[in-house]
Amino acid sequence: MSSKPPAELHSDDDERPGGVLVLACGALARELKAVVDANQLTGLRMEYLPAGLHNTPQLIPAAVEDRLAAVGARYDQVFVGYGDCGTGGRLDDVLERYGAQRLPGAHCYEFFAGPETFARLHDAEPGTFYLTDFLLRQFDRLVWRGLGLDRWPHLRDDYFGNYTRLCYLSQFPTPRLLAEAQDAADRLGLRLEHVPVGTGVVGPILVSLGMPTPVGPR
Amino acid sequence: MGDETLDLTTLEDAELVEQMHDDLYDGMRDEIVAGTEILLSRGWSAQRVLGDALVEGMRIVGVDFRDGILFVPEVLLAANAMKAGMALLRPLLAETGAPSIGKVVIGTVKGDIHDIGKNLVGMMLEGAGFEVVDIGINNDVQAYLDALDEHQPDILGMSALLTTTMPYMKVVIDELAQRGLRERYIVLVGGAPLNEEFGRAVGADAYCRDAAVTAETAQQLVRARRELKAAS
Repeated sequence: MSSKPPAELHSDDDERPGGVLVLACGALARELKAVVDANQLTGLRMEYLPAGLHNTPQLIPAAVEDRLAAVGARYDQVFVGYGDCGTGGRLDDVLERYGAQRLPGAHCYEFFAGPETFARLHDAEPGTFYLTDFLLRQFDRLVWRGLGLDRWPHLRDDYFGNYTRLCYLSQFPTPRLLAEAQDAADRLGLRLEHVPVGTGVVGPILVSLGMPTPVGPR
Repeated sequence: MGDETLDLTTLEDAELVEQMHDDLYDGMRDEIVAGTEILLSRGWSAQRVLGDALVEGMRIVGVDFRDGILFVPEVLLAANAMKAGMALLRPLLAETGAPSIGKVVIGTVKGDIHDIGKNLVGMMLEGAGFEVVDIGINNDVQAYLDALDEHQPDILGMSALLTTTMPYMKVVIDELAQRGLRERYIVLVGGAPLNEEFGRAVGADAYCRDAAVTAETAQQLVRARRELKAAS
Protein backbone atom coordinates (compact mmCIF):
# COMPACT_ATOMS: atom_id res chain seq x y z
CA MET A 1 0.00 0.00 0.00
CA SER A 2 1.75 3.09 -1.18
CA SER A 3 -1.08 5.58 -0.72
CA LYS A 4 -0.27 6.78 2.74
CA PRO A 5 -2.03 10.00 3.67
CA PRO A 6 0.09 13.10 3.67
CA ALA A 7 1.38 14.03 7.08
CA GLU A 8 -0.52 17.22 7.79
CA LEU A 9 1.47 17.92 10.89
CA HIS A 10 3.21 21.06 11.76
CA SER A 11 6.76 20.24 12.60
CA ASP A 12 8.80 22.48 14.77
CA ASP A 13 12.52 22.19 14.84
CA ASP A 14 13.03 22.07 18.56
CA GLU A 15 15.76 19.53 19.03
CA ARG A 16 14.26 17.89 22.06
CA PRO A 17 11.50 19.77 23.80
CA GLY A 18 10.82 16.82 26.13
CA GLY A 19 7.55 16.55 28.02
CA VAL A 20 4.49 14.79 26.69
CA LEU A 21 3.32 14.67 23.08
CA VAL A 22 -0.29 13.76 22.48
CA LEU A 23 -0.62 12.54 18.89
CA ALA A 24 -4.32 12.29 18.19
CA CYS A 25 -6.98 11.81 15.57
CA GLY A 26 -8.09 15.12 14.12
CA ALA A 27 -11.65 14.10 14.90
CA LEU A 28 -10.86 14.68 18.57
CA ALA A 29 -9.19 18.07 18.19
CA ARG A 30 -12.04 20.21 19.45
CA GLU A 31 -12.76 17.98 22.43
CA LEU A 32 -9.11 17.62 23.41
CA LYS A 33 -8.58 21.35 23.14
CA ALA A 34 -11.57 21.92 25.42
CA VAL A 35 -10.04 19.62 28.05
CA VAL A 36 -6.59 21.17 27.68
CA ASP A 37 -7.96 24.71 27.96
CA ALA A 38 -10.27 23.96 30.87
CA ASN A 39 -7.47 22.36 32.84
CA GLN A 40 -4.68 24.64 31.65
CA LEU A 41 -2.60 21.68 30.54
CA THR A 42 0.01 23.91 29.01
CA GLY A 43 2.74 21.27 29.22
CA LEU A 44 1.11 18.98 26.68
CA ARG A 45 2.16 19.23 23.06
CA MET A 46 -0.89 18.42 20.93
CA GLU A 47 -0.61 17.19 17.35
CA TYR A 48 -3.27 15.79 15.08
CA LEU A 49 -3.45 13.42 12.16
CA PRO A 50 -6.07 13.96 9.44
CA ALA A 51 -9.58 13.17 10.64
CA GLY A 52 -10.36 11.66 7.24
CA LEU A 53 -8.45 8.56 8.35
CA HIS A 54 -11.67 7.66 10.16
CA ASN A 55 -12.92 6.33 6.83
CA THR A 56 -9.72 4.42 6.02
CA PRO A 57 -8.69 2.69 9.25
CA GLN A 58 -6.22 0.49 7.39
CA LEU A 59 -4.07 3.60 6.89
CA ILE A 60 -4.04 4.67 10.54
CA PRO A 61 -1.17 2.47 11.80
CA ALA A 62 1.24 3.67 9.11
CA ALA A 63 0.22 7.31 9.59
CA VAL A 64 0.81 7.09 13.34
CA GLU A 65 4.07 5.20 12.85
CA ASP A 66 5.38 7.80 10.41
CA ARG A 67 4.86 10.53 12.97
CA LEU A 68 6.20 8.52 15.89
CA ALA A 69 9.32 7.76 13.90
CA ALA A 70 9.74 11.42 13.00
CA VAL A 71 9.21 13.05 16.37
CA GLY A 72 8.60 10.44 19.06
CA ALA A 73 12.15 10.43 20.38
CA ARG A 74 12.04 14.15 21.04
CA TYR A 75 9.58 13.68 23.87
CA ASP A 76 9.76 11.98 27.24
CA GLN A 77 6.40 10.37 26.58
CA VAL A 78 4.08 10.01 23.62
CA PHE A 79 0.41 9.32 24.10
CA VAL A 80 -1.72 8.42 21.11
CA GLY A 81 -5.25 9.76 20.95
CA TYR A 82 -6.80 6.88 19.07
CA GLY A 83 -8.76 3.79 20.06
CA ASP A 84 -8.19 0.63 18.09
CA CYS A 85 -10.32 2.44 15.49
CA GLY A 86 -10.92 -0.57 13.27
CA THR A 87 -7.25 -1.41 12.87
CA GLY A 88 -7.73 -4.87 14.34
CA GLY A 89 -4.75 -4.57 16.67
CA ARG A 90 -2.35 -3.24 14.03
CA LEU A 91 -2.18 0.14 15.74
CA ASP A 92 -1.28 -1.58 19.00
CA ASP A 93 1.57 -3.36 17.23
CA VAL A 94 2.97 0.03 16.21
CA LEU A 95 2.54 1.51 19.67
CA GLU A 96 4.30 -1.44 21.25
CA ARG A 97 7.32 -0.85 19.04
CA TYR A 98 7.49 2.79 20.11
CA GLY A 99 6.54 2.29 23.74
CA ALA A 100 3.50 4.53 23.37
CA GLN A 101 0.05 4.13 24.86
CA ARG A 102 -3.35 4.98 23.48
CA LEU A 103 -6.86 5.71 24.66
CA PRO A 104 -8.70 2.65 25.93
CA GLY A 105 -11.43 1.00 23.92
CA ALA A 106 -12.27 0.14 20.37
CA HIS A 107 -13.13 3.61 19.07
CA CYS A 108 -14.17 7.12 20.02
CA TYR A 109 -17.74 6.03 20.67
CA GLU A 110 -16.48 3.74 23.39
CA PHE A 111 -14.01 6.07 25.07
CA PHE A 112 -16.46 8.95 24.98
CA ALA A 113 -19.44 6.93 26.24
CA GLY A 114 -17.42 4.69 28.55
CA PRO A 115 -17.21 0.93 28.02
CA GLU A 116 -20.26 0.02 30.11
CA THR A 117 -22.56 2.56 28.51
CA PHE A 118 -21.34 1.72 25.03
CA ALA A 119 -21.75 -2.03 25.60
CA ARG A 120 -25.26 -1.45 26.93
CA LEU A 121 -26.20 0.66 23.92
CA HIS A 122 -24.74 -1.80 21.44
CA ASP A 123 -26.21 -4.90 23.08
CA ALA A 124 -29.64 -3.29 23.24
CA GLU A 125 -29.64 -2.49 19.55
CA PRO A 126 -26.74 -3.78 17.41
CA GLY A 127 -28.13 -1.92 14.42
CA THR A 128 -27.05 1.43 15.80
CA PHE A 129 -25.09 4.00 13.85
CA TYR A 130 -23.13 6.29 16.17
CA LEU A 131 -22.17 9.91 15.66
CA THR A 132 -20.13 12.21 17.87
CA ASP A 133 -20.07 16.01 17.74
CA PHE A 134 -17.26 15.86 15.21
CA LEU A 135 -18.89 13.27 13.00
CA LEU A 136 -22.11 15.23 13.07
CA ARG A 137 -20.33 18.40 12.02
CA GLN A 138 -18.60 16.45 9.27
CA PHE A 139 -21.60 14.31 8.38
CA ASP A 140 -21.79 15.51 4.80
CA ARG A 141 -18.10 15.06 4.11
CA LEU A 142 -17.30 11.87 6.00
CA VAL A 143 -20.59 10.00 5.96
CA TRP A 144 -22.78 11.20 3.11
CA ARG A 145 -20.09 11.94 0.53
CA GLY A 146 -17.64 9.49 2.10
CA LEU A 147 -20.02 6.66 1.37
CA GLY A 148 -20.84 8.02 -2.06
CA LEU A 149 -24.44 8.77 -1.16
CA ASP A 150 -24.27 12.17 -2.83
CA ARG A 151 -23.65 10.40 -6.14
CA TRP A 152 -25.55 7.17 -5.55
CA PRO A 153 -28.31 7.82 -3.01
CA HIS A 154 -29.88 4.47 -3.88
CA LEU A 155 -27.01 2.78 -2.03
CA ARG A 156 -28.37 4.08 1.27
CA ASP A 157 -30.19 0.88 2.08
CA ASP A 158 -27.19 -1.24 1.11
CA TYR A 159 -25.29 0.55 3.85
CA PHE A 160 -27.99 1.22 6.39
CA GLY A 161 -30.69 -1.35 5.68
CA ASN A 162 -29.80 -3.31 8.81
CA TYR A 163 -29.61 -0.22 11.01
CA THR A 164 -32.56 0.99 13.03
CA ARG A 165 -31.18 3.78 15.19
CA LEU A 166 -28.84 6.73 14.95
CA CYS A 167 -27.31 7.37 18.36
CA TYR A 168 -25.85 10.83 18.82
CA LEU A 169 -23.21 10.49 21.55
CA SER A 170 -22.80 14.17 22.25
CA GLN A 171 -19.82 15.93 23.78
CA PHE A 172 -21.00 19.54 23.84
CA PRO A 173 -24.51 19.47 22.34
CA THR A 174 -26.13 22.62 21.04
CA PRO A 175 -29.60 23.17 19.56
CA ARG A 176 -27.95 23.36 16.15
CA LEU A 177 -26.14 20.04 16.56
CA LEU A 178 -29.33 18.41 17.81
CA ALA A 179 -31.16 19.67 14.73
CA GLU A 180 -28.35 18.36 12.54
CA ALA A 181 -28.57 15.00 14.30
CA GLN A 182 -32.27 14.81 13.50
CA ASP A 183 -31.56 15.76 9.91
CA ALA A 184 -28.85 13.07 9.65
CA ALA A 185 -31.22 10.47 11.10
CA ASP A 186 -33.94 11.47 8.65
CA ARG A 187 -31.58 11.25 5.71
CA LEU A 188 -30.43 7.80 6.76
CA GLY A 189 -33.96 6.65 7.55
CA LEU A 190 -33.12 5.96 11.19
CA ARG A 191 -34.65 6.77 14.56
CA LEU A 192 -32.65 9.33 16.51
CA GLU A 193 -31.59 8.86 20.08
CA HIS A 194 -29.50 11.47 21.85
CA VAL A 195 -27.18 10.23 24.60
CA PRO A 196 -25.12 13.02 26.21
CA VAL A 197 -21.81 11.42 27.18
CA GLY A 198 -19.35 14.32 27.29
CA THR A 199 -15.69 13.52 26.78
CA GLY A 200 -15.70 10.35 28.87
CA VAL A 201 -12.31 9.02 29.88
CA VAL A 202 -10.48 11.46 27.62
CA GLY A 203 -10.55 14.28 30.17
CA PRO A 204 -9.09 12.39 33.13
CA ILE A 205 -6.41 10.78 30.97
CA LEU A 206 -5.28 14.10 29.49
CA VAL A 207 -5.26 15.69 32.92
CA SER A 208 -3.11 12.89 34.30
CA LEU A 209 -0.71 13.25 31.38
CA GLY A 210 -0.54 17.00 31.81
CA MET A 211 0.11 17.06 35.51
CA PRO A 212 3.62 18.14 36.36
CA THR A 213 5.81 15.41 37.75
CA PRO A 214 5.98 15.88 41.51
CA VAL A 215 9.36 16.93 42.72
CA GLY A 216 10.36 15.20 45.96
CA PRO A 217 12.69 16.52 48.64
CA ARG A 218 16.35 16.19 47.84
CA MET B 1 -16.17 6.07 -25.70
CA GLY B 2 -17.50 9.58 -25.04
CA ASP B 3 -21.25 9.93 -24.97
CA GLU B 4 -21.78 7.39 -27.69
CA THR B 5 -24.02 4.49 -26.76
CA LEU B 6 -22.41 1.15 -27.40
CA ASP B 7 -24.63 -1.47 -28.99
CA LEU B 8 -23.58 -4.60 -27.10
CA THR B 9 -25.15 -6.85 -29.70
CA THR B 10 -22.54 -5.75 -32.24
CA LEU B 11 -19.66 -7.11 -30.17
CA GLU B 12 -18.03 -10.48 -30.69
CA ASP B 13 -18.26 -12.80 -27.69
CA ALA B 14 -14.76 -12.06 -26.40
CA GLU B 15 -15.26 -8.31 -26.80
CA LEU B 16 -18.62 -8.50 -25.11
CA VAL B 17 -17.19 -10.35 -22.13
CA GLU B 18 -14.44 -7.76 -21.86
CA GLN B 19 -17.02 -5.01 -22.09
CA MET B 20 -19.01 -6.69 -19.32
CA HIS B 21 -15.93 -6.67 -17.13
CA ASP B 22 -15.72 -2.91 -17.72
CA ASP B 23 -19.44 -2.44 -17.13
CA LEU B 24 -19.28 -4.43 -13.92
CA TYR B 25 -16.32 -2.32 -12.84
CA ASP B 26 -18.43 0.78 -13.52
CA GLY B 27 -21.45 -0.66 -11.72
CA MET B 28 -23.64 -0.53 -14.84
CA ARG B 29 -26.48 -2.79 -13.83
CA ASP B 30 -28.61 -2.49 -16.97
CA GLU B 31 -25.64 -3.20 -19.22
CA ILE B 32 -24.77 -6.31 -17.22
CA VAL B 33 -28.31 -7.57 -17.56
CA ALA B 34 -28.21 -6.87 -21.31
CA GLY B 35 -24.81 -8.54 -21.73
CA THR B 36 -25.96 -11.59 -19.81
CA GLU B 37 -29.06 -11.92 -21.99
CA ILE B 38 -27.02 -11.56 -25.18
CA LEU B 39 -24.52 -14.26 -24.20
CA LEU B 40 -27.34 -16.61 -23.23
CA SER B 41 -29.07 -15.93 -26.53
CA ARG B 42 -25.85 -16.90 -28.30
CA GLY B 43 -25.95 -20.30 -26.67
CA TRP B 44 -23.60 -19.71 -23.78
CA SER B 45 -24.35 -21.83 -20.73
CA ALA B 46 -25.39 -20.02 -17.58
CA GLN B 47 -22.31 -21.48 -15.88
CA ARG B 48 -20.01 -20.02 -18.51
CA VAL B 49 -21.62 -16.58 -18.39
CA LEU B 50 -21.36 -16.59 -14.63
CA GLY B 51 -17.72 -17.64 -14.55
CA ASP B 52 -16.26 -15.81 -17.52
CA ALA B 53 -18.24 -12.59 -17.41
CA LEU B 54 -19.51 -11.97 -13.90
CA VAL B 55 -17.13 -13.75 -11.52
CA GLU B 56 -14.05 -12.74 -13.46
CA GLY B 57 -15.30 -9.13 -13.63
CA MET B 58 -15.94 -9.10 -9.92
CA ARG B 59 -12.50 -10.57 -9.28
CA ILE B 60 -10.97 -7.58 -11.06
CA VAL B 61 -13.11 -5.25 -8.94
CA GLY B 62 -11.87 -7.04 -5.82
CA VAL B 63 -8.24 -6.65 -6.80
CA ASP B 64 -8.62 -2.91 -7.35
CA PHE B 65 -10.52 -2.56 -4.08
CA ARG B 66 -7.68 -4.33 -2.29
CA ASP B 67 -5.17 -2.01 -3.96
CA GLY B 68 -7.06 1.13 -2.95
CA ILE B 69 -8.10 2.04 -6.49
CA LEU B 70 -11.79 1.37 -5.89
CA PHE B 71 -13.70 2.13 -2.71
CA VAL B 72 -16.72 0.67 -1.01
CA PRO B 73 -19.40 2.57 -3.00
CA GLU B 74 -17.93 1.43 -6.30
CA VAL B 75 -17.73 -2.15 -5.06
CA LEU B 76 -21.34 -1.98 -3.94
CA LEU B 77 -22.41 -0.74 -7.35
CA ALA B 78 -20.48 -3.55 -9.01
CA ALA B 79 -21.97 -6.09 -6.62
CA ASN B 80 -25.47 -4.84 -7.37
CA ALA B 81 -24.79 -5.16 -11.08
CA MET B 82 -23.51 -8.69 -10.60
CA LYS B 83 -26.55 -9.50 -8.48
CA ALA B 84 -28.80 -8.40 -11.34
CA GLY B 85 -26.95 -10.68 -13.75
CA MET B 86 -27.08 -13.58 -11.31
CA ALA B 87 -30.82 -13.14 -10.91
CA LEU B 88 -31.12 -14.10 -14.58
CA LEU B 89 -28.70 -16.99 -14.30
CA ARG B 90 -29.79 -18.58 -11.04
CA PRO B 91 -32.96 -20.26 -12.38
CA LEU B 92 -31.04 -21.54 -15.38
CA LEU B 93 -28.30 -22.95 -13.18
CA ALA B 94 -30.94 -24.71 -11.08
CA GLU B 95 -32.56 -26.13 -14.22
CA THR B 96 -29.32 -27.59 -15.49
CA GLY B 97 -28.82 -29.32 -12.16
CA ALA B 98 -25.08 -28.72 -12.24
CA PRO B 99 -23.66 -30.41 -9.16
CA SER B 100 -22.58 -28.02 -6.43
CA ILE B 101 -18.94 -28.29 -5.47
CA GLY B 102 -19.86 -27.90 -1.83
CA LYS B 103 -22.19 -26.24 0.61
CA VAL B 104 -21.45 -23.20 2.73
CA VAL B 105 -23.29 -21.71 5.68
CA ILE B 106 -22.38 -18.05 6.15
CA GLY B 107 -23.47 -15.32 8.52
CA THR B 108 -22.21 -12.36 10.51
CA VAL B 109 -21.51 -12.95 14.19
CA LYS B 110 -23.55 -11.87 17.18
CA GLY B 111 -23.68 -8.12 17.60
CA ASP B 112 -22.64 -7.42 14.02
CA ILE B 113 -25.14 -6.30 11.44
CA HIS B 114 -22.67 -5.38 8.71
CA ASP B 115 -23.31 -7.66 5.78
CA ILE B 116 -21.90 -5.95 2.72
CA GLY B 117 -18.81 -8.13 2.76
CA LYS B 118 -20.73 -11.27 3.63
CA ASN B 119 -23.15 -10.72 0.77
CA LEU B 120 -20.29 -10.25 -1.64
CA VAL B 121 -18.64 -13.42 -0.38
CA GLY B 122 -21.91 -15.28 -0.82
CA MET B 123 -22.13 -14.19 -4.44
CA MET B 124 -18.55 -15.13 -5.23
CA LEU B 125 -18.97 -18.53 -3.58
CA GLU B 126 -22.13 -19.09 -5.55
CA GLY B 127 -20.30 -18.01 -8.67
CA ALA B 128 -17.60 -20.56 -7.89
CA GLY B 129 -20.22 -23.32 -7.78
CA PHE B 130 -21.01 -23.57 -4.08
CA GLU B 131 -24.47 -23.88 -2.64
CA VAL B 132 -24.70 -20.97 -0.21
CA VAL B 133 -26.95 -20.89 2.82
CA ASP B 134 -26.92 -17.33 4.09
CA ILE B 135 -28.17 -17.18 7.67
CA GLY B 136 -27.97 -13.39 7.77
CA ILE B 137 -26.75 -11.10 10.50
CA ASN B 138 -26.23 -11.06 14.26
CA ASN B 139 -25.94 -14.83 14.74
CA ASP B 140 -25.31 -16.29 18.16
CA VAL B 141 -23.76 -19.71 18.72
CA GLN B 142 -27.09 -21.46 18.70
CA ALA B 143 -28.04 -19.95 15.34
CA TYR B 144 -24.81 -21.27 13.82
CA LEU B 145 -25.27 -24.70 15.42
CA ASP B 146 -28.85 -24.94 14.21
CA ALA B 147 -27.84 -23.98 10.66
CA LEU B 148 -24.97 -26.47 10.64
CA ASP B 149 -27.24 -29.21 11.90
CA GLU B 150 -29.96 -28.43 9.39
CA HIS B 151 -27.82 -27.91 6.29
CA GLN B 152 -24.78 -30.11 6.98
CA PRO B 153 -22.41 -27.88 4.98
CA ASP B 154 -18.76 -28.44 4.11
CA ILE B 155 -17.88 -24.93 5.23
CA LEU B 156 -18.88 -22.51 7.94
CA GLY B 157 -18.11 -18.86 7.09
CA MET B 158 -18.25 -16.14 9.71
CA SER B 159 -17.75 -12.43 9.16
CA ALA B 160 -17.46 -9.34 11.35
CA LEU B 161 -16.72 -5.69 10.70
CA LEU B 162 -16.27 -4.59 14.28
CA THR B 163 -13.28 -5.21 16.51
CA THR B 164 -15.77 -5.56 19.33
CA THR B 165 -17.65 -8.41 17.66
CA MET B 166 -14.90 -10.36 15.92
CA PRO B 167 -13.84 -12.20 19.12
CA TYR B 168 -17.22 -13.94 19.01
CA MET B 169 -15.85 -16.14 16.23
CA LYS B 170 -13.75 -17.88 18.84
CA VAL B 171 -16.83 -18.46 20.97
CA VAL B 172 -18.46 -20.28 18.06
CA ILE B 173 -15.36 -22.30 17.17
CA ASP B 174 -14.75 -23.26 20.80
CA GLU B 175 -18.34 -24.42 21.10
CA LEU B 176 -17.94 -26.55 17.98
CA ALA B 177 -14.80 -28.07 19.47
CA GLN B 178 -16.49 -28.71 22.78
CA ARG B 179 -19.28 -30.56 21.03
CA GLY B 180 -16.84 -32.59 18.98
CA LEU B 181 -18.01 -30.94 15.75
CA ARG B 182 -15.02 -28.79 14.88
CA GLU B 183 -13.36 -31.25 12.52
CA ARG B 184 -16.58 -31.81 10.64
CA TYR B 185 -16.47 -28.36 9.04
CA ILE B 186 -13.99 -26.13 7.30
CA VAL B 187 -14.20 -22.81 9.13
CA LEU B 188 -13.41 -19.62 7.21
CA VAL B 189 -13.40 -16.16 8.80
CA GLY B 190 -13.27 -12.72 7.26
CA GLY B 191 -13.96 -9.05 7.78
CA ALA B 192 -12.12 -5.75 7.52
CA PRO B 193 -10.35 -5.71 10.92
CA LEU B 194 -9.29 -9.38 10.81
CA ASN B 195 -5.97 -10.76 9.69
CA GLU B 196 -4.26 -14.12 9.33
CA GLU B 197 -2.94 -14.05 12.85
CA PHE B 198 -6.44 -13.54 14.20
CA GLY B 199 -7.73 -16.39 12.06
CA ARG B 200 -5.11 -18.70 13.53
CA ALA B 201 -5.70 -17.44 17.06
CA VAL B 202 -9.41 -18.23 16.98
CA GLY B 203 -8.82 -21.66 15.46
CA ALA B 204 -10.23 -21.08 11.97
CA ASP B 205 -8.96 -23.07 9.00
CA ALA B 206 -8.30 -19.87 7.11
CA TYR B 207 -8.70 -16.12 7.18
CA CYS B 208 -9.93 -14.79 3.84
CA ARG B 209 -9.07 -11.19 3.04
CA ASP B 210 -11.70 -10.67 0.36
CA ALA B 211 -14.53 -12.33 -1.51
CA ALA B 212 -12.43 -13.66 -4.38
CA VAL B 213 -9.86 -15.10 -1.99
CA THR B 214 -12.68 -16.71 -0.03
CA ALA B 215 -13.96 -18.46 -3.15
CA GLU B 216 -10.45 -19.67 -4.05
CA THR B 217 -9.71 -20.80 -0.50
CA ALA B 218 -13.04 -22.58 -0.20
CA GLN B 219 -12.40 -24.51 -3.40
CA GLN B 220 -8.87 -25.47 -2.34
CA LEU B 221 -9.85 -26.60 1.13
CA VAL B 222 -12.89 -28.59 0.00
CA ARG B 223 -10.78 -30.28 -2.67
CA ALA B 224 -8.01 -31.05 -0.19
CA ARG B 225 -10.44 -32.45 2.34
CA ARG B 226 -12.06 -34.70 -0.27
CA GLU B 227 -8.69 -35.96 -1.47
CA LEU B 228 -7.71 -36.70 2.09
CA LYS B 229 -10.94 -38.56 2.66
CA ALA B 230 -10.52 -40.53 -0.57
CA ALA B 231 -6.98 -41.48 0.38
CA SER B 232 -7.90 -42.67 3.86
